[in-house]
Amino acid sequence: MTIQLHFFASLREALGSDGETLELERDGLRVADVLDLLRARGGCWQDALGEDKTVMAAVNQEMCGHETCLADGDELAFFPPVTGG
Amino acid sequence: MEQVVVTAEPFDPHVETEKLHGENPSIGAIVDFIGWMRDFNDGDSVSRMTLEHYPGMTEKALRKIVDEALRRWDLLGVRVVHRVGELKPSEPIVLVAVASAHRGEAFRACEFLIDYLKTCAPFWKKESTIAGERWVEAKRSDEAARGRWEDASKSS
Repeated sequence: MTIQLHFFASLREALGSDGETLELERDGLRVADVLDLLRARGGCWQDALGEDKTVMAAVNQEMCGHETCLADGDELAFFPPVTGG
Repeated sequence: MEQVVVTAEPFDPHVETEKLHGENPSIGAIVDFIGWMRDFNDGDSVSRMTLEHYPGMTEKALRKIVDEALRRWDLLGVRVVHRVGELKPSEPIVLVAVASAHRGEAFRACEFLIDYLKTCAPFWKKESTIAGERWVEAKRSDEAARGRWEDASKSS
């Protein structure tokens, strides 16, 4: 399946990317599985998305937990805790 | 009237609040919260701020929060305006204005809206100080403020 990734704010800067299209070999992956795949790239990916960091996620523009299952064509965003208002 | 506005242009909170009132004679109370940009944060002077957001999700998240307020309280109108892009000190960042027949509903709904906005709407602040640029850290107290509403049933 294919998902569209977006990164925001400090995460976007740390990764040097605002997003990418990700091809996944199998279906039924969760947000946490994608995080693991990204961390496995090492370097800034491992640091910025480390287990010690609070990484928030949104699937199709709704905030969600890391256990949320993904479907083909989903939009998945990762970002730090929000600071508006 | 659009209840939620995300804008890169400066806005006048008083004009926005008047728009909410319109000429509706049923409105007996309007409570508004205005968040202003300060020139000082965490011990440093701040000369400029940039607000990043997640276009599309921002508007959806704000509408969801507004819908929840309309479900919990009897309101005659809500208007939320939030700046994005580059801001200077003393400019308004956010306006939350709530209209109702009596003050109680408007006070509670206004506080509920800003507490949820601060923890659920995808905005991120970056400050410019003499030492350089830095991302503003989320506050635990904001999370706690939102938590107060989670199990609160409708109250007036």
